[in-house]
Amino acid sequence: MSEIAMFTGFILILMGLYGALTHRDIIRMIVGFTIADAGVNIVLVSVGMMAGRTAPILDVIAPADAAAAIIDPVPQALVLTAIVIGLGITALMLAYAYRLFRFRGSLDISEFRDLKW
Amino acid sequence: MSLPRQTIVFVLLAILGVAFWTLMSGYAPDAELNRSALYYAQNTAQETGAQNIVTAIIVTYRGLDTLGEVTVLFLTAAIVGLVLSHSFAPKKAAGPGILPPGELLTTGARILVPMILLFGAYVFINGHLTPGGGFQGGAILASGAVLALLADPTRRFSHSIIHLVESGSGLFYVTIGVIGAVLAGGFLDNRILPLGEFGTILSGGAIPLIYTLIGLKVGAEFSSILESFEETEDAA
Repeated sequence: MSEIAMFTGFILILMGLYGALTHRDIIRMIVGFTIADAGVNIVLVSVGMMAGRTAPILDVIAPADAAAAIIDPVPQALVLTAIVIGLGITALMLAYAYRLFRFRGSLDISEFRDLKW
Repeated sequence: MSLPRQTIVFVLLAILGVAFWTLMSGYAPDAELNRSALYYAQNTAQETGAQNIVTAIIVTYRGLDTLGEVTVLFLTAAIVGLVLSHSFAPKKAAGPGILPPGELLTTGARILVPMILLFGAYVFINGHLTPGGGFQGGAILASGAVLALLADPTRRFSHSIIHLVESGSGLFYVTIGVIGAVLAGGFLDNRILPLGEFGTILSGGAIPLIYTLIGLKVGAEFSSILESFEETEDAA
């Protein structure tokens, strides 16, 4: 199971990077980065998966048996953080994209040559 | 897109793909919990009284990281507001080509927005018992704000209420952390309140309180980001 999730996550990272590198439109690049971000999160969560165990919530498992019955809770806590930071990054990218559009009237990345060398 | 650049992209992605493939083929899932996970599994119940171990890690064991994370969100909201403030529309001005939302969306929002807000509150109050918590609940609150904005694009939430919720919950969060450092084991220690009976809503010490504050803060941050986008000249 965890191999399937990990494979999907890696494929999503590659797809997202491909989209971000080949598209000229800034909005499409942002979508590419967001897809890659989702892929990273899926890979991280899949690392904590352990066969035959359950979620780290002790509602039916007695706390004394927890060590043998639950999966690793640490990657899940890390991914929760990563999702929130990812959202912040996406919001910032969209805000900058909007400002660039107001500034040049275009979202084509090849129109912005000021820092190109 | 010129051909050589396309080729460079493919070569780079192929190298990355090979690296990922090597990682995956050498990966074997753990059979046992590693040391930190084992500590959390064995000690969370009696140390924090929280049923959901992920919540205990986020709010108590790694509480300082979560405070930093909330700060990052606050900074994001502030920077988005700053970047977009140059293009805010004048007050009460309707932008070009605004589409009327339609009867279905307006009526639907009137029924759904209070239910979404209630659900968000449920998710962050039960964060120590069930999957969920402040960040998820805050995002649900903000989705209610999106629906309200879609149903009435000229609507404006009160800035002062958003800022009050945002700064008030942030201040309370840090105060609880300091109280934890004075009365209990350290900054953001949840044992300033009785741990209560394991598995009930009033358990886990200060965890429900902290997660409620985080939920309110995250909801207010997200709403203020959305509102910054909504107030630009082209949106409304």
